[in-house]
Amino acid sequence: MKSAQYIREVPQRYRLEAGKCTGCGKLHFPPRLVCDGCGSREFEAATLPRQGTLLTWTVIHAAPPQFSLETPYVVGIVELDGGVRLTCQVADCDPEELAVGAPVELVFRRIKEDNAADIIQYGYKAVLRRE
Amino acid sequence: MVGIVGWGAYVPCYRIKAETIARQWGGDPESVRKGLLLEEKTVPGMDEDTITISVAAARDAIERAGIAPHEIGAVYIGSESHPYAVKPSGTVLIDALGIGPHVHVADYEFACKAGTEAMFVAYSLVKAGQMKYALGIGADTSQGAPGDALEYTASAGGAAFIMGDDKVVAEIQATYSYTSDTPDFWRKELEHYPQHAGRFTGEPAYFRHVLAAARGILEQSGHQPQDFAYAVFHMPNGKFPLKAAKTLGFTREQMEEGLLVTTMGNTYSGSSPTGLAAILDVARPGDLILLVSFGSGAGSDAFVFQTTDHLPALQDKAPKIRTLLERNRRYLDYGQYAKFRRKIIFNSPV
Repeated sequence: MKSAQYIREVPQRYRLEAGKCTGCGKLHFPPRLVCDGCGSREFEAATLPRQGTLLTWTVIHAAPPQFSLETPYVVGIVELDGGVRLTCQVADCDPEELAVGAPVELVFRRIKEDNAADIIQYGYKAVLRRE
Repeated sequence: MVGIVGWGAYVPCYRIKAETIARQWGGDPESVRKGLLLEEKTVPGMDEDTITISVAAARDAIERAGIAPHEIGAVYIGSESHPYAVKPSGTVLIDALGIGPHVHVADYEFACKAGTEAMFVAYSLVKAGQMKYALGIGADTSQGAPGDALEYTASAGGAAFIMGDDKVVAEIQATYSYTSDTPDFWRKELEHYPQHAGRFTGEPAYFRHVLAAARGILEQSGHQPQDFAYAVFHMPNGKFPLKAAKTLGFTREQMEEGLLVTTMGNTYSGSSPTGLAAILDVARPGDLILLVSFGSGAGSDAFVFQTTDHLPALQDKAPKIRTLLERNRRYLDYGQYAKFRRKIIFNSPV
């Protein structure tokens, strides 16, 4: 990945910074240029909560090359507290442990490297909350 | 009063038993278990490294301290397994936790004592009045060569400590360091696995430095071993810290709470700091704690802490390290372990 692209995405991938429309208050994650609620182009950064629930998931057996060592792995859709939904890996679990509505939290992990000499790309993954 | 205002610790959920490694190499599992006093060790997930472990520990430290991340004026990560040879670990952490960009950042290295160096400098900056809060972290995902004695113990984990002078939970009463040029363990540039000097790592290295630092700080602070509720020494295995404790006059009871090595392994820069986190998780106000780290090469940093009335309120604000060690343990066989630790050669791009 190009360094310039990487640092543009740091706020959303590292800190879950969404774009909150200053016109209608709608949250966009990842942030976007124009609000699809009211058409405004004015946003402020809003940090999303790291807690949420698992809405659905699938198990990846045939992965892109950067993820081939991790198969089988889980990719899920998480609804964060407050309603924003995002797609990410669900780590440190067996698929048999998962359930719709299971409480999860987002943690900071390595996502991928395009090759061994490239930068390490960090971001969020979900893990089950095991209280 | 200057000292710890928040702490956090983290270990990955993956484990390999000492017995599994012994069987792989034709060793006797029972003699390994008894010789090293070690049952199993943590293994980093394929998506974990010193940076992700540091972020997890530091996030809990900030949660416990109840401060705004941007109030932290310095961040130091001590590790011998920084993911990049050139590019700091700390820069990723300060952006992940919202600490930066107005912050001083540096990565430290000194084999297994880089974590206490980070803590020492963070403490010193706050004590000097340079900043309100400073964060010191020790974390590692260390490797031992396949078949080497280190493979039984080299594990993954870390702990983070925020130093401050307001609502201190553990005041730092004294610090002491003892350092010499002692080549007991080393790794040169481009070498994948460390080398060590076998039995030389014991008396001339670990024990000389740990005992000297401990005796130095006891004399400086005027304390006797029996004054302490808890003590934690660097834990390269289960045997060394217990022998050091006995030599100095500490009891098994004083050591028990911080002695995580039997089920965690040696988290290198995270070793004694993680033991300290386990002690802070359960200590009561007024307890005296002795910490002595050890880093090959070689040196020891010693600290005397005294806990305060602010401690109990913070203990349940984040997961305790012994809870993390018990929860969701996922055992690997040697083949999975070799893949996780990339001990086998893969084709690009992985």
